[in-house]
Amino acid sequence: MAEDAKRLAIIAAHGSMDAAYPPMILSTAALALDMEAAIFFTFFGLQILKKGNADKLKVVPVANPAMPMSIPNLVGALPGMTAMATGMMNGWMRKSNVAKLSELLDLAVEGGVRMIACQMTMDVMGIKKEELIDGIEIGGAATFLNFASQNAITLAF
Amino acid sequence: MSVTPDETLDCSGLACPMPILKTKKAIDALQVGQVLKMIATDPGSSSDMNAWTQKTGHELLESQQDGGKFIFFIKKTK
Repeated sequence: MAEDAKRLAIIAAHGSMDAAYPPMILSTAALALDMEAAIFFTFFGLQILKKGNADKLKVVPVANPAMPMSIPNLVGALPGMTAMATGMMNGWMRKSNVAKLSELLDLAVEGGVRMIACQMTMDVMGIKKEELIDGIEIGGAATFLNFASQNAITLAF
Repeated sequence: MSVTPDETLDCSGLACPMPILKTKKAIDALQVGQVLKMIATDPGSSSDMNAWTQKTGHELLESQQDGGKFIFFIKKTK
């Protein structure tokens, strides 16, 4: 039998609230399972790392037919609909007592998840290191692959 | 079977992944051989505690369900 994977390597490429949760939940859970974890934040995933931004990420109703309350694209595109969908989703999350993204981020950093911000997309989007939370590192594809190549489960969101 | 826990952790009301994160922390604080009683209300916790003990090697001595509560007795093995 192959040896158990000891590492979890995640790519977080999207900056909507629903796309931000799985990397944060799985990486913190990996720590609890005595695994190492790393997340490579690239493209819009960098928004998760922006200071004070994690709890402001939105849920987008457009092109999202799986919203619990179905919203037609034409309606979803109206001003205010993203805020409304986000507000509803936040309400449901609070009711289910799901940890906030900021809490999970703190747990991940404190617990030693390697938080790798993608240098290339930071440059593309004009994001400075000072704009990102503390406790992260900046790196590129090789940084992530070097970690992931050593017996890791690899996931992308 | 009755197990006397050395420590009790109440994760009632908490959603995934908090029960396993808190369980891990609580187990880390125990001595080898001691038993943690963990209480959760998240229905996913039954499957998760089985998986967590399997992966970490700690021993799930007993799990009970009492109404909406899921109660686990976990022995620290290492």
